[in-house]
Amino acid sequence: MSRKFARSLGGVIAAAALVLGAAACQKEGTGTNEAAKCEGKIAFMGALTGADAGAVLPSRDAAKLAFKKFAAANPNCKVELVEFDTQGDPAQATPVANKIAPDASFIGVIGGAFSGESKATMPIYEAAGLVMVSQSATNPDLTKTGNKSFHRVNGNDTTQGEAAVKYFKDTVKATKVFVIDDGSTYGKGISDVVKSGLGALKAGEDTVQKAQANFDATISKIKGVAGVDAIAFAGYTGEGAPLLKQIRAAGITVPFVGFDGVYDPAFASGAGTAAEGAIVTCPCIPAEKAGGTFAADFKAEYGKDPGAYTAEGWDAATVFLSGFKAGKVTRADMLAWVDAYNEQGLSKKIKFDATGEVDKANVVVWAYEIKGGVLTPKTEIKLG
Amino acid sequence: MNFDALFDHIGQHTVDGLAKGAIYALVALGYTLVYGVLRLINFAHSEVFMVGTFAVMWTWIGIGAGNTPSIGIAILLLVLGGLVGAAASGGTAVLVELVAYRHLRRKNAPSLVFLITAIGVSLSLTEIFGIFTGNGERKIQGMPTILNQSIAIDFLGVEITNLQLIVLAAAFLMMIGLDQFINKTRYGRGVRAVAQNPDTAALMGVNKDRVIVLIFALGGLMAGVAAVLWNMRYGFTRFDIGFVIGLKAFTAAVLGGIGNLRGALVGGLLLGVIEVYFATLTASKWEDVFAFIVLVVVLMFRPTGLLGESLGRARA
Amino acid sequence: MTANENTVTKKKKRSFADRWNGLPGWSRFFWIMGGVIFLFYLPELGNIPGTNLEIPGLGFLRTDVGVGGSDWDSILFRCAVFVLIALGLNVVVGLAGLLDLGYVGFFAIGAYSVALFGSQQSPVVKLLRANFDLAPDWALAWSWCILLAIVLTMFSGVLLGWPTLRLRGDYLAIVTLGFGEIIRIIARNSTITGGPDGITAIPGPEGAPNAQNKYFSILDQKWWYWLALVAVLVVILAVRRLENSRVGRSWLAIREDEDAAAVMGVHGFKFKLWAFAIGAAIGGLSGLLFASQQAFIDPSQFNVNLSILFVAMVVVGGAGNMAGAALGAILLTYLPERLRSLGALEFLPERFQDPAEFRYLLFGLAMVVVMILRPQGLLPSKRRARELKDRAQEVPVNG
Repeated sequence: MSRKFARSLGGVIAAAALVLGAAACQKEGTGTNEAAKCEGKIAFMGALTGADAGAVLPSRDAAKLAFKKFAAANPNCKVELVEFDTQGDPAQATPVANKIAPDASFIGVIGGAFSGESKATMPIYEAAGLVMVSQSATNPDLTKTGNKSFHRVNGNDTTQGEAAVKYFKDTVKATKVFVIDDGSTYGKGISDVVKSGLGALKAGEDTVQKAQANFDATISKIKGVAGVDAIAFAGYTGEGAPLLKQIRAAGITVPFVGFDGVYDPAFASGAGTAAEGAIVTCPCIPAEKAGGTFAADFKAEYGKDPGAYTAEGWDAATVFLSGFKAGKVTRADMLAWVDAYNEQGLSKKIKFDATGEVDKANVVVWAYEIKGGVLTPKTEIKLG
Repeated sequence: MNFDALFDHIGQHTVDGLAKGAIYALVALGYTLVYGVLRLINFAHSEVFMVGTFAVMWTWIGIGAGNTPSIGIAILLLVLGGLVGAAASGGTAVLVELVAYRHLRRKNAPSLVFLITAIGVSLSLTEIFGIFTGNGERKIQGMPTILNQSIAIDFLGVEITNLQLIVLAAAFLMMIGLDQFINKTRYGRGVRAVAQNPDTAALMGVNKDRVIVLIFALGGLMAGVAAVLWNMRYGFTRFDIGFVIGLKAFTAAVLGGIGNLRGALVGGLLLGVIEVYFATLTASKWEDVFAFIVLVVVLMFRPTGLLGESLGRARA
Repeated sequence: MTANENTVTKKKKRSFADRWNGLPGWSRFFWIMGGVIFLFYLPELGNIPGTNLEIPGLGFLRTDVGVGGSDWDSILFRCAVFVLIALGLNVVVGLAGLLDLGYVGFFAIGAYSVALFGSQQSPVVKLLRANFDLAPDWALAWSWCILLAIVLTMFSGVLLGWPTLRLRGDYLAIVTLGFGEIIRIIARNSTITGGPDGITAIPGPEGAPNAQNKYFSILDQKWWYWLALVAVLVVILAVRRLENSRVGRSWLAIREDEDAAAVMGVHGFKFKLWAFAIGAAIGGLSGLLFASQQAFIDPSQFNVNLSILFVAMVVVGGAGNMAGAALGAILLTYLPERLRSLGALEFLPERFQDPAEFRYLLFGLAMVVVMILRPQGLLPSKRRARELKDRAQEVPVNG
């Protein structure tokens, strides 16, 4: 037997022995939960890092606050909020969903925060019988697929678009509206509704890009249309704030209406003085109208004002927490609980219809005006 | 395609484009300087710019600047911002060179390795600013408006705002200053010598390392000035702001001829104008597509960019 | 210099490759088979299949152990897909020496070809049905989509390469970068591609995505991983054949000195175009697998950062060496995922305890450190390492 042979054979044997020998220890048995115990986990799925995290972190904070308060009030309930970061990327969301779905300790999911990741993961959650309650995925198509798992506590793009059209027609009494979107699922979704709702009142349009900073071309388009008397922007803070700033700097003073993508303290601070008087519509009740102490509590906990979708984050968490309190600790029970849920939430009265959408009758859209850098409730836009 | 919108106000669009491109040009100088001497694409340069915008913002907020102060204070703030921005960006650029690139040059690593290192540096800097600024919210951060925008010149219906004028003037001044520095001073001669032939330059007694630190500092300085102009004009910054600007500036540098200082200026201005033209013709969302198509077409006919590439050769 | 080099080699320990080559054929075969079996075993990593026993230590490597982790099979699949990409890009960057920063464009074209022609929801399928009198549930079969993806990506590789491959390296980088962006912007802003909403219900080998599928279920990703693994193995065999052929030698010649290669009669442009087309086809194949497994794609998944990450995989692992590129891809895919479930680091101040928040920072720093310490990559190709050593000795005066 040559040395070479011995060595190679020896190597193989050693490797095999290692594998077999190591196999000695017994795997921990996965204990099954007693059904009656108030115990379980809720997953929070959304962009917690990366470029889009800014839109999700406030609602995460609100959900965390809800869990914290619940734990303090119900020491017997061992419920836990587990955060899963997707960076808003559907490709990162599916592995996360596939991890959550087979883990029986998860009873529900808050999220997906964005429409793309929701679209990618909802078949997985549906197959696992896990209920999702999204706080901020607004694409209208999400509830049109017949998916049983997906619910959302926020209004969708169609609702907001229709409300904005109404606002332009009734309150602003605009005759020539310039519509800008950011080309994202969210922005395009709303602007399509707004454009078709406005019909002949739409005077012009432009689609900007993500992370665009210079809007000279858009501004000359606005100036190119004679007599534009209102501007709509469907997109997020990152582009909305500089856009508004430059529009005002260019001497265009007509009303500027944004949507819940810019319902965000960073919008006002990013646009500075230019933000004064800008209108932001949001399908959410003003904190003081909702009653309770949420706004003050949030500020006390995090030292900042509630931002985009914070009330919705709280509501989504509350839907689950009240389910736990009512003893719904299996996935099927929780799904049934969410389907039958009917309570006043922070953002609106929450009752889901068959598609998982909040009943349209309960969606309240408010117009907020930025006054002194703060989003101040102005008027409710009554739908239909 | 809306040709009427373009040609009815062609002058205005050109001015807008030039002012937009001036900032690209200043950032592009950083790419061009480093490439001209080291034949290396410094991908971390975008973050050098980003650091500058933050430094300027913190300075302004730190000294308690309010919105639209009087003209004297505004000028003071701009100058101070420029100095701080230049120092911060220049410092960052030099730091990147000392921490990362110098070791690689010792090993004479191929350019791909520099590229990946630069990407690593860039990612690290972006993340640091994303995590540790603005409560880790990763949102845009606003700052006081230092100067109100107003029409400074109205020439045959072409309106040039004061901000655009300052941006253009500052960009040209910096450009001329840099050109003079490279072509007229002793240090500049060293830079050109190393760019032409590093070995011969070393034999002639030029300290190559010092020249390299110098070009990183100069590139950073230009980015810092770009940063203060950016803050003045757009009034916000964000942790990932560098990426798009860096991409555009790099495109501009290649368009003009990378490694060529005047090329960076021409490329930057041209890119800005192209973007505004095509955004007007179609929608803003398509401007990048056309910008890249123009780049490909230019490179097909002039493979080394509009003005050719060498930092050394151009003025030799 | 030669003498100098010889003494260096003699003093050095025998490298892994030398030992490997010294093994008898049957033993090598044995090891390779063992390795392949291990790769197929990976989804069960830490467990012994069919029993309730576990191997201590190995389970720690999985990404689904801690809190906030992600599914291990899905991550394995992603590793396999990115290995495939790294292998394809390695042909372009590592073998032919062309810096392609727009590789994500091919990845996207591959993904979109199965999405647009295979999905019931796709606007293209609907358009074809309406115009060509097809059955109301018609869509291109998955197996035809593979062919389509490969043909389309090869074609776009040639289309991109034809005008641009005459450019020098650094110019090529920006032009390809632009190409990747253009593909993404078009996908995002056209209605025919589903726009920003993307395409759902992308089929796999068993047709439309479904939890009831026997193998390629949306709940259990094991078979997806095994499918991708088979693709990787096939591509490895194919590229190995290429590397050792006339084409492969021409690529090396071009990479090392294009002018010298031309003098020797190697038609640079032709072979570069080949490298581009082959690399593109592999990228397309991986895009197709990715889209099928995801069952949903939208344009935001194909941004420039991904392109740059791909190049980083190849270079960190070791450009020019397939094993290196694969290792780079695995590490760069696996590490951020593993870091996210590391659990709170309680020995650090509270602000720094959550590694998930810092994972990309750590990732960036790791890239810098690896490149400074091992510029040739973690597993360099032998020939490439020699080139580098040569270069290091050429370090000029005060370098």
